[in-house]
Amino acid sequence: MTTPPVTTPDEPVTSTPLRELEQPGGLGVWALRIATALVVPVVIVVFFFAFGFLKDEEANKAIQVLVALVVGIGGVWALYWGMDRLVDRLPLKAGIGVRPFAFVGPALVLLAFYLVYPAINTTIISFQDARSESFVGFDNYVRIFTESEYLVSLRNSAIWVLVVPLAAVGIGLAFATLADKLGRRIESATKSLIFLPMAISFVGASVVWTFVYSFRPEGFGDQIGILNAIWTSIGNEATNWLAQRPWNNLYLMVILVWLQTGFSMVILSSAVKGVPEELLEAARIDGATEWQSFWRVVFPSIFSTVVVVWTTVVITVWKVFDIVWVMTGGREGTQVVAQQMVQEFFTNRNNGVGAALAVVLFVAVVPILILNVRRFRAEEALR
Amino acid sequence: MTTTSEAAATTETGAPSGPRASRRGLIYLAVTVIVALWTIPSFGLLINSLRDPRSIRASGWWSAFTDVFDSAAWTLENYRVVLDQGFGNAFANTVAVSIPSVVIPITIAAFAAYAFAWMEFPGRNILFVTVVGLLVVPLQMALIPILRIYVDFDVNGTFPAVWLAHAGFGLPLAVYLLRNYMGSLPKSIVESAKIDGADHFAIFARLILPLSVPVLASFAIFQFLWVWNDYLVALVFLGNDPSVEVLTVSLATLAGRGEGALNLLPAAAFVTMVLPMVVFFSLQRFFVRGLTAGSVKG
Repeated sequence: MTTPPVTTPDEPVTSTPLRELEQPGGLGVWALRIATALVVPVVIVVFFFAFGFLKDEEANKAIQVLVALVVGIGGVWALYWGMDRLVDRLPLKAGIGVRPFAFVGPALVLLAFYLVYPAINTTIISFQDARSESFVGFDNYVRIFTESEYLVSLRNSAIWVLVVPLAAVGIGLAFATLADKLGRRIESATKSLIFLPMAISFVGASVVWTFVYSFRPEGFGDQIGILNAIWTSIGNEATNWLAQRPWNNLYLMVILVWLQTGFSMVILSSAVKGVPEELLEAARIDGATEWQSFWRVVFPSIFSTVVVVWTTVVITVWKVFDIVWVMTGGREGTQVVAQQMVQEFFTNRNNGVGAALAVVLFVAVVPILILNVRRFRAEEALR
Repeated sequence: MTTTSEAAATTETGAPSGPRASRRGLIYLAVTVIVALWTIPSFGLLINSLRDPRSIRASGWWSAFTDVFDSAAWTLENYRVVLDQGFGNAFANTVAVSIPSVVIPITIAAFAAYAFAWMEFPGRNILFVTVVGLLVVPLQMALIPILRIYVDFDVNGTFPAVWLAHAGFGLPLAVYLLRNYMGSLPKSIVESAKIDGADHFAIFARLILPLSVPVLASFAIFQFLWVWNDYLVALVFLGNDPSVEVLTVSLATLAGRGEGALNLLPAAAFVTMVLPMVVFFSLQRFFVRGLTAGSVKG
């Protein structure tokens, strides 16, 4: 599932015959390894930032991009090549120990700088006050788990995580199963249409749905939102959907369901098609109805795919920020954790609570992280 | 559900076409309803973007169908205004952000993936497991510290700052995908190249990289759509300055103006969507593959 279509390797990667000589150890080799890893990133950063022309507001954008591309492709390649040649000049044994770090090092340095260090630093900031000046222990976390404003965002995020994956995976699976029974042309055309929102940004989707939920009070003109147009045409009062607590949360969730269903549908569809025809045939001969054969044959065979799709959608939903930010700004009781985090950090200038909310976001996905690592290990063991 | 079971039962006993056809009819109905629900919102927006500004404010998009053939009712004026009012510029900015943000991580990840797949070094397994773990770390964890560093060094709001941020955030997925793909290439070809005297750099550049083009393409499309549609990273590290602001930021600002900008919103939204849609439709196959593979990105 999480690997690209590949040919199964006949032997484990871990025992590649490229294992040359014994790995050299010693401080000197490690110093060389670290130095080797740092060269490429440092040169890139210095090049990008030390030269003023890329910061010049008047600088031509096309030239900036061109420079970036020349550096990003040619320059980086030349740097890696240069490092490789430098390693050639080392004594053979040291060279063997250092060379891998000329390859893997720059990526590790970037990862350390952009993900590992910030994660640690954010955790530290979460134990400090609003301006990160002194330590306040668990105060920020106590606030998050006691003050109603944050509790509402935690509650809302929890509901998002329950509802959106259920709807997106449910509709996606239903559509995949139904479309599978139609002609191929119709199937692929309809699937493309359901899938299309995947190409739209969350901000763009919010604008799309602005024209669904649009509301105008009495005397401010005709309703231009299609929902209110339908709603009033069947004799109801026009409703300000996005201000209607607590249902407004559900209306926002619909937008994400709209975006994510295509993703689950496409992946589940290929899983449904992978169910062996003989199994279905056997079920049919045993007199199973379509409904029974779906739940007793198809669903169990695609279950692991459902789980992967489910967790993926859960992670996306858990971090949803843009939709709430654009549609309601978290007002009217629609705040969620990820949006509240940005709000605390930028609008309220409260680093401590902002960081604590980020940590909450992270800690909640740790089980999925562990699951991923386990699954990866299991896959490796099978190789 | 009775209909389905009935239909299945008749199928079994020799299938008279009646109930079977009605079951098929139900499937068509369900599919049509879902497709309608999924397309009408964007379709309405498209119609609205082509109407004259006053009608957009005065009535819903469906009213346009009462005078479809009235050429005065249709106009590209909104697009012209939107492009003049900064969206043309934001489009260029978004291109300027996206291309290097896709290219830089690919190069760096490819070298790392090769090392993970075909080279021996201390800590290889634990480092790669760490990369797998980093896949799900929420972006939010990185915002505050990186922003502080960027501000301290006075580089926030520059393109290189956001290129490198996107490169860093995209790396776990890139390394993960490329390593799994490269590691599954047949060992024999690498071995025979070794015997012919090729060193690691040559094997990587001449052998492994050309063979990895499909997965490179998948990642490139995935990362492109991700960067193009990103709002959070652009908002934090580029912000609202017109000289650098990207489409999502412009669109969110416009949406924030509420009724005042109502006539411009539909066209603006389509300006932001056009390129990803083209990429999506022309390269759907690659995109699906990248999506399947990258479904765990954090």
